[in-house]
Amino acid sequence: MSKPQILEGSRAIALTIKNIRPAVISAYPITPQTHIVEDLARFKADGEADYEYVRAESEFAAASIILGASATGARVYSSTSSQGLLLMTEVLFNIAGMRLPVVITCANRAVSAPINIWNDQQDVMTVRDAGWIQLFAENHQEAVTLHILAYKLAEKLRLPVMVNVDGFIITHSYEEVTIPSEKEIKKFLPDYQPKPGTYLDPANPRTLGSFATPADYLEIRQELHDDLISALPIIKSEYEKYNKLFVTVTHPVSARGGSTPLKRGIFDNGLLEYYGPAHAKTVIVAMGSVVGTIKEIIDEKKSAGGLFNSGVGVLKIKTFRPFPAEEIVAALKNIGAKNIAVAEKAVSLGYAGPLEIEIKAAIQGKIAANVKNFIIGLGGRDVTREMIRNIIEKAASKSEEVEFVGK
Amino acid sequence: MFIDITVSPGSTIKNHTGGWRTFRPKTDLEHCISCATCARVCPESAVKMVDQPDGKKKPQTDYDFCKGCGVCASECPVKVIKMELEKK
Repeated sequence: MSKPQILEGSRAIALTIKNIRPAVISAYPITPQTHIVEDLARFKADGEADYEYVRAESEFAAASIILGASATGARVYSSTSSQGLLLMTEVLFNIAGMRLPVVITCANRAVSAPINIWNDQQDVMTVRDAGWIQLFAENHQEAVTLHILAYKLAEKLRLPVMVNVDGFIITHSYEEVTIPSEKEIKKFLPDYQPKPGTYLDPANPRTLGSFATPADYLEIRQELHDDLISALPIIKSEYEKYNKLFVTVTHPVSARGGSTPLKRGIFDNGLLEYYGPAHAKTVIVAMGSVVGTIKEIIDEKKSAGGLFNSGVGVLKIKTFRPFPAEEIVAALKNIGAKNIAVAEKAVSLGYAGPLEIEIKAAIQGKIAANVKNFIIGLGGRDVTREMIRNIIEKAASKSEEVEFVGK
Repeated sequence: MFIDITVSPGSTIKNHTGGWRTFRPKTDLEHCISCATCARVCPESAVKMVDQPDGKKKPQTDYDFCKGCGVCASECPVKVIKMELEKK
């Protein structure tokens, strides 16, 4: 059984990928994901890994290279952020349309202009519609879990998976983490074995990525959509299987023994995670590392300025695509939320935060609750306890305006 | 339902890409010098050098696949290939 270590987030991801043993890695450096691919290059150079490491001239090239390699039936990997993700956008659509089981890490970073290298989730929101499964990690251990889960889902469902980790916050910080060994991973993730006739093979020639006329295109896209929706229960069941085999502690706060005993309504089903009292009047909906900050405040005693026993909980969206609309509605109903504060690190410029738009649509006509949108953390603006308390106070506001919380 | 989005190779055996042509190359075989430049430069490999009764080779265009790009006419050293508007 692997031992826990204190590791930089990027290192934890690189070690996980090494143990997953892809056959081809191609990547282009971009802050703040570069440490991941530098580590993977170093493993290869030091003779610790045998994947093909292909240096590409851009992210567009890197994505195209792994698309091609995946089309030959090989397990592949790449990593990018922000501008790099946008540069490979066209290829991401191709990968999904071709039903290739590619896994990419996105170290979420703000997009230009203005130029900004720090964390927010605008980058991944721009490829929401590309047909990829989109998973979000709260901390280092979850980043490890989601990468292994990603390959299992991708290869089982013929759908590409993007694992999102907040840039710098996860990639450049140090946390305790347990990396499953190659042998342990194999128990959960078998070798990639695509069906003959579905990949490029001189012995069984097929063309991949061909043309589809108006007579065929619509149903092909519909099938991709339907398969993404059908993935929802499979993500849950695979996560359950994973949980039985590996360490997945994603509540380091509660793992410490918790500062205060809480009447917990905690659940974690692979699509969503809830932390807080069983019934909460105010629920913050959020994704990624900021959830860790929110959990801290929920556990803190009121005397310390916290929200313990204040009827506040946090609903973490772990799987953003496919969007777990039914699960979200069921969870919010059970929790009895009256004020839903959607706090997110992205904004669909000209309207509102993408997560809020989707939450509002999901609960429409099903839950009578106030939904308020808070845009936080853009361009790496630190999200503080003060800001979270501010958001909770404003959650009951009837104003429809999107609120940017910068201090 | 599982839609197979991979395709068997050789689909152009059925789809004759010559249908895309707007201009058709017409070669004056009498003045052709049999240099085989047209056959060499054709991007579709639609021009083949074919034995004639007098022992020389002359170009023959497969109009099922000639797309009318005009590279043969452009490269012919003696300018005996003319691009004519396709009549349908």
